[in-house]
Amino acid sequence: MDARVELLLGALASTILLLIAGMVIFVLLKGMPSFTNNGISWFGFGGNVDQQLMDIFNSPANPADYNYELHAGPLLYATALITGAAIVISTAFAVLSAIFIVEFAPHNIRRVLEPVVRLLAAVPSVIYGLIGILVVVPWVADNLISEDRKESVAYVIQLDGTSILVGILILCIMISPIMIAIIVDALRSVPVTWTQGAAALGVNRWRSMWTVSLRAARPAIVAAAVLASARALGEAIMLSMVAGSVGFAPNPLDGFTFFLEPARPLASTIVDNAEGLSVVPFGQTMYAFAAILLVSSAFLSFGGWAARRSLSKYTLGAR
Amino acid sequence: MQPTARKPVKVESSWSIMDRVGLGLAWAAGLSLCLVAGSIIAYMAYKGIQYVSWEMITSAPEASLDQSATGGFLDPIIGSLVLTVIGIVIAVPVGVAVAVWLTEYGRPSGLARAVESGVEIVAGTPSIVLAIFGLLIFQQSFMGLFSFTAEGGAVFGRSFIAAGAMMSIVALPLVIGATREAMMTIPRHVREASYALGKDRATTIRRVLLPSARSGIATGATLGMGRIIGDTAIVVILLGASMQISPEDGFGGIFRGTGSTLTSYVYNNSPAGEGNAPEKAYAAAFVLLLIVIFLNAAVGLIGRRNKPQWN
Repeated sequence: MDARVELLLGALASTILLLIAGMVIFVLLKGMPSFTNNGISWFGFGGNVDQQLMDIFNSPANPADYNYELHAGPLLYATALITGAAIVISTAFAVLSAIFIVEFAPHNIRRVLEPVVRLLAAVPSVIYGLIGILVVVPWVADNLISEDRKESVAYVIQLDGTSILVGILILCIMISPIMIAIIVDALRSVPVTWTQGAAALGVNRWRSMWTVSLRAARPAIVAAAVLASARALGEAIMLSMVAGSVGFAPNPLDGFTFFLEPARPLASTIVDNAEGLSVVPFGQTMYAFAAILLVSSAFLSFGGWAARRSLSKYTLGAR
Repeated sequence: MQPTARKPVKVESSWSIMDRVGLGLAWAAGLSLCLVAGSIIAYMAYKGIQYVSWEMITSAPEASLDQSATGGFLDPIIGSLVLTVIGIVIAVPVGVAVAVWLTEYGRPSGLARAVESGVEIVAGTPSIVLAIFGLLIFQQSFMGLFSFTAEGGAVFGRSFIAAGAMMSIVALPLVIGATREAMMTIPRHVREASYALGKDRATTIRRVLLPSARSGIATGATLGMGRIIGDTAIVVILLGASMQISPEDGFGGIFRGTGSTLTSYVYNNSPAGEGNAPEKAYAAAFVLLLIVIFLNAAVGLIGRRNKPQWN
């Protein structure tokens, strides 16, 4: 009986594995035509992405005449920009907040803050998007975008408040709580003898936290950053609501206006264009985007695992 | 005897400049965290209480040009409920089975490691990718019985079952993780005692280990529920865009039909969607937030309640 149960459970687990592998392979296969028809220029810049998507959508019904031309540079740039900035800012913010919660917070504040942080980590992204689009975006439009600013870029893009500034800001608020929760757990699990030893040597509280506990918690920080960046990479709904729905590549040479220009990362592009999936070349282009997202998040997991392994040589056991 | 005359020693504070800067930054981060968290909760509460009303929760939405006649969001609430039930009903048995196999059996070890990596990949996949993949599967012609098929053979591919199946994939890693943790904390001597009494492994799992892991499984299921309720991308793509729940005729009824959930309702009523009824959006978002708070509290309670003692 035991052997039968083992076989059954093993078969179930293998089926799940096959399903997951099938998902990855299918998405890659479905998106392949878009890559093969464009070659390396798929990743480059050139022309208006929205216009190219529209042309793909309108391509004639004859399979030989499908239009595939796409230079997805602006979308990749927007994704990298928004995700990268959010991760860097959030990691710094989360580490400092975690240190505050573990070491310096008054007892009453700590008792309230911890469940609140856990709650914030569970809030759905639509709610963040709603607050963003109804509160933050109008504020930015009224206070940060003057007429002159609008004039200066009017020949390229309209500024209406939806911008990468709001996108990065709300994305930071969205991914920080989960990072804070993980880092707080890691800081707490540092053996108390280590911190007591530091105190016995006369090290002050900040320094012992920085040089002892934080170093010990480095694998957890990497794990938290990887988790948060996977979430940031795939965030479609909130960014589609607040970062603008235009496939535009913000220009850093515009100075401060750079932050006020809209952009649209890959995931939001898929959500915004979901109705057109039935048109074959359009659908294949969308699957190509999904393939990029899938490969990036797989790379992230692998990179995080590799980084954690190399760090855990110096710290507490396996994590 | 007089103490030896010494130059007075200047006692330096043990906090250097950099340390003070660090302390200041930590306090700044902590206080701004409090501020942001507090303002989000306070603002949602303020706007929500302002707009939500009992009749909103209990009346169905209706299409209308006049904002005051567009009804409430009963159908989205039912939609969220149906999706969660479908997702959990699929995810929990499968997840517990996979977790049990991983912890108790797990041979060959290469396969076990592959399954673990696979689950981790799914955990990190954006839900939009899962949604597109779901569309890919459910629009195949042999999947026609799971949704509506138009004349001409085009399978619609969007239904409660399609969305529910993808939601279960979203919840699966959480269930597997929580169950594995629960099973791994059961000490070895419990299993050995069961084997010593002559029970084989399958019976041990069924009679001894799983009942003790109940709270872990419940935690995983509740975490999964929280994730399912909050997911918008899968709903927007896989549930069809009908405001009201429209079941299909014939076998399956509501499962093959389309509808909406609280999340897609909020999305559609915000300036990003078609509506432009921020009051409805706020009210629905408030209800959603209350549900999430409740689920979160439930996870905490479940975790604290059934802590089995092994000694």
